Amino acid sequence: MKATIHITLKNGVLDPQGKAIENALGQLGFGGVDEVRQGKLIEVNLAESDPEKAEAALTDMCEKLLANTVIENYQIHLDGEA
Amino acid sequence: MQASVIVFPGSNCDRDVAVCIEAAMGKAPLMAWHGDSDLPKSDLIVLPGGFSYGDYLRCGSMAANSPIMREVVAQAEKGAAVLGICNGFQVLTECGLLPGVLMQNKGLNFVCRNTRLTVTNNKTAFTAQYEAGEEITVPVAHNEGNYFADDDTLKHLQDKDCIAFTYAEGDNPNGACLDIAGICDPSGRIVGMMPHPERRAEAALGGEDGKRMFSGIVEALP
Repeated sequence: MKATIHITLKNGVLDPQGKAIENALGQLGFGGVDEVRQGKLIEVNLAESDPEKAEAALTDMCEKLLANTVIENYQIHLDGEA
Repeated sequence: MQASVIVFPGSNCDRDVAVCIEAAMGKAPLMAWHGDSDLPKSDLIVLPGGFSYGDYLRCGSMAANSPIMREVVAQAEKGAAVLGICNGFQVLTECGLLPGVLMQNKGLNFVCRNTRLTVTNNKTAFTAQYEAGEEITVPVAHNEGNYFADDDTLKHLQDKDCIAFTYAEGDNPNGACLDIAGICDPSGRIVGMMPHPERRAEAALGGEDGKRMFSGIVEALP
């Protein structure tokens, strides 16, 4: 089963890279762009086929390694989910 | 007294730190590789600066989960003194021995220069040879040194006297909360700092302000 994990900075955590991207977009003439935030996308392929077990395993992975929950949120998407 | 320096793939300050420790205690430290799952009992463990595991995922995150770190955490919990410098500080926050996180510098640039530091807490295991409030000069060299923690954690650090070093007024190179350059645990035995005391530990390097970190810990340990 394939899964993707989105990792984003929590609200209120300064994101200097997002700020730089926002400024660059402005300089290119893209108006009305606000609050650009940069995050990470991680794709994994799991042997597990049970969605519940897969989600539990992915949550464990995020808490132990993939995200630093002091500053980051994570969202898990299993393949086939909307 | 037994001292150990942990070497990760990508560490690059391990030998500099070893020279400082040997100068202070008259005996070379053990160099322990990241993949080892045994670490001889150590009174002092140093996590050196560098780019462990290429800074992949987040600085220090892979190193924090390496086999040797389980031993480091276990020995720290039993009373070993631990010093994390730069990347070593990032590893200490990632493995949970110290709170908070080191984020990318506010200015988005790698900063490599001398900084003026204030010794905020001279009661840690490493800072007893400094005066409280003493200003010293120690270089930084990092891209992710912007110390961040939530307000409750910052208040806890202040209340428990866990801020070991701050950047002197006007000399914060990275945007760190409360100008924090280094913190300790409440016991003062575990210290993490972004500046590199080993890079200013003899006159030939431009100054000796960092030397007392190493002589201080040797004096403090049995």
